[in-house]
Amino acid sequence: MSVDTSLRFDKDYVNGFSNSRQEPAWLQELRLQALELAQNLPMPKPDKTKIDKWNFTEFKHEATGKAVAFNELPEDVKALIGSEEEAKNVLVIHNGTPVYAALEQDVKDQGVIYTDLLTAAKEHEDLVKKYFMKEAVSIDENRLTALHAALFVNGAFLYVPKNVELSAPIQAVYYQDDKAALFNHVIIAVEDNSSVTYVENYLSTNDNTDSVTNIVSEVFAASGAKVVYGAVDNLAKGMTSYVNRRGRAGRDARIEWALGQFNDGNTVSDNTTHLIGDGSFTDTKTVTIGRGDQKQNFVAQIFNHGKSSEGYILTHGVMKDNASSIFNGITKIEHGATKSHGEQTERVLMLSEKARGDANPILLIDEDDVTAGHAASVGRIDPLQMFYLMSRGISKAEAERLIIHGFLAPVVSQMPLESVKKRLVEVIERKVR
Amino acid sequence: MSAPNLKIEDLRVSIEDKEIIKGLDLEINGGEIHAVMGPNGTGKSTLSAALMGHPKYEVTSGKVTFNGKDLLEMEVDERAQAGLFLAMQYPSEVSGITNADFLRSAINAKREEGEEISLMKFIRELDKKMDLLEMDNTFAHRYLNEGFSGGEKKRNEILQMMMLEPKLAILDEIDSGLDIDALKVVAKGVNDMRSPDFGCLIITHYQRLLNYITPDKVHVMMQGRIVKSGGPELAHRLEAEGYDWIKEELGIKDETVGQEA
Repeated sequence: MSVDTSLRFDKDYVNGFSNSRQEPAWLQELRLQALELAQNLPMPKPDKTKIDKWNFTEFKHEATGKAVAFNELPEDVKALIGSEEEAKNVLVIHNGTPVYAALEQDVKDQGVIYTDLLTAAKEHEDLVKKYFMKEAVSIDENRLTALHAALFVNGAFLYVPKNVELSAPIQAVYYQDDKAALFNHVIIAVEDNSSVTYVENYLSTNDNTDSVTNIVSEVFAASGAKVVYGAVDNLAKGMTSYVNRRGRAGRDARIEWALGQFNDGNTVSDNTTHLIGDGSFTDTKTVTIGRGDQKQNFVAQIFNHGKSSEGYILTHGVMKDNASSIFNGITKIEHGATKSHGEQTERVLMLSEKARGDANPILLIDEDDVTAGHAASVGRIDPLQMFYLMSRGISKAEAERLIIHGFLAPVVSQMPLESVKKRLVEVIERKVR
Repeated sequence: MSAPNLKIEDLRVSIEDKEIIKGLDLEINGGEIHAVMGPNGTGKSTLSAALMGHPKYEVTSGKVTFNGKDLLEMEVDERAQAGLFLAMQYPSEVSGITNADFLRSAINAKREEGEEISLMKFIRELDKKMDLLEMDNTFAHRYLNEGFSGGEKKRNEILQMMMLEPKLAILDEIDSGLDIDALKVVAKGVNDMRSPDFGCLIITHYQRLLNYITPDKVHVMMQGRIVKSGGPELAHRLEAEGYDWIKEELGIKDETVGQEA
């Protein structure tokens, strides 16, 4: 379909939408400004993937979910978060509506805020204002970030005050079974010397209807803070997705990303970390399986600004059927970031003649006193490995399955949480069959 | 279980349009151990790869039956399911899959759904066989052949053979690169398999493995054919005198493939 430059959502629509949710004035104002920008800004231009025919702007916007008790949650969701005893700190958003939330009392007592973003915008206005689309992802980056600000439906807000170390993971599930678009926004702000692990799952059921995803996550790790961010994207074939996950690490802060990128539809996904403070650290691990006719573009990007900052990227992707994916890994070491280190590895395995994979490791270095390295490989399944496995009586399909698991294992095995690992293995299993 | 039978008649095999095996006949029955010997480049490894169904080798004519069934019609995994096993000269390395997981998948591939080997039984069997082959238990949890030394890979091939219990095993230069102790261990594994229900084809340059595994029949391969067959005494004579007397006897100047007499 061709994409018109005018948007079907106008000022009246956005005003009405904001009013209906009793949003604070600042947010309504911000949405209107963003809408104006969305009308004028260009689309993002992912390197080596043409998206001008993809639909990101035409969609049904609103849908509803209904608040439920734990045992009324869909089985798919329960399978992700565990039993009620296990899922002590969890937020479930269904079609944009928070339908279930739990937070332990002693976590609350330490001043931790974990709630849906709309509630946070009302109850913790100053905090949300401080972080929402300012320093991490800007509203005016492109048409889709502006559209995101104008039309985001809900999301999660996680705030951890100083000197709080949370041991239990904070979980979120965002699932969509309506054909409406999924516009979700996540803010994680962790103050000095605190630490948290956050795990999110995206799910949708629209294999046969077309819709749009526009996700922004903003992560702030202040001095000495540590954030482990696990995500499993598992959106259905009908979803055309635009995903932006971005982090900013302060002095001696750490951000660890573990991303399972398993959407079935066309996807543009960007994961960028700015290592602002001296001694900051980030580690991005991603696994991907492409199948069917989907086209995807993944960016894993690290900017070293602070001295002695370290960034690592490890990406493994498997392409089946007619799927094609571009993996762009970018390490940018800024001038003045002395003693910094950047390292990246991208590996792509193609299972069929028609599958396409492209790994582009890029090192951009504006400082002499640094170390950096990269490795990349794109290859097809080794016929001798297949012969070897099959010579032991293993069928072709099973041999392929073993090789895929084996190929992804170096990343999966290093994922931070057992629950994320298990979930990844499950999704991989379903996708390779 | 009926005794296995592998029958090869007038087999011809090419690789990239070059004929390597040029009309080979051989029959192996259960309870028998055959050794195919010969200098380098005479087609020994081609024979083993072609029998297992290696994708690079093309059988251009001839007939191979395994227990009465046409082996050449079968896919690689079907050949294995029928009871054929090839211990490879250069086993592949497969990252990310542990030896144990791989072996269990292979064992279960031969079984019906619902009849899979129990984990306990599998571990018990594996431990027993690894002890016999003097393999460290950590091997089970290392990735398949990844970073294994030459000798470790060979032992691992024999371990797979013992776990999968084939009816007929082909050992392709299982002795190359092994020191004498490792050689004895490998021989112990093969001898442990000896029974009327098991046949074996050993492919080797050297007599020394045959000091520990006594073959029933010894064949000499030159120019893509079997040119001489005999009993174990033939191997001893080759060890003592080399191959020249055979070449002389048959009027062969160059024994490698492509050099016709």
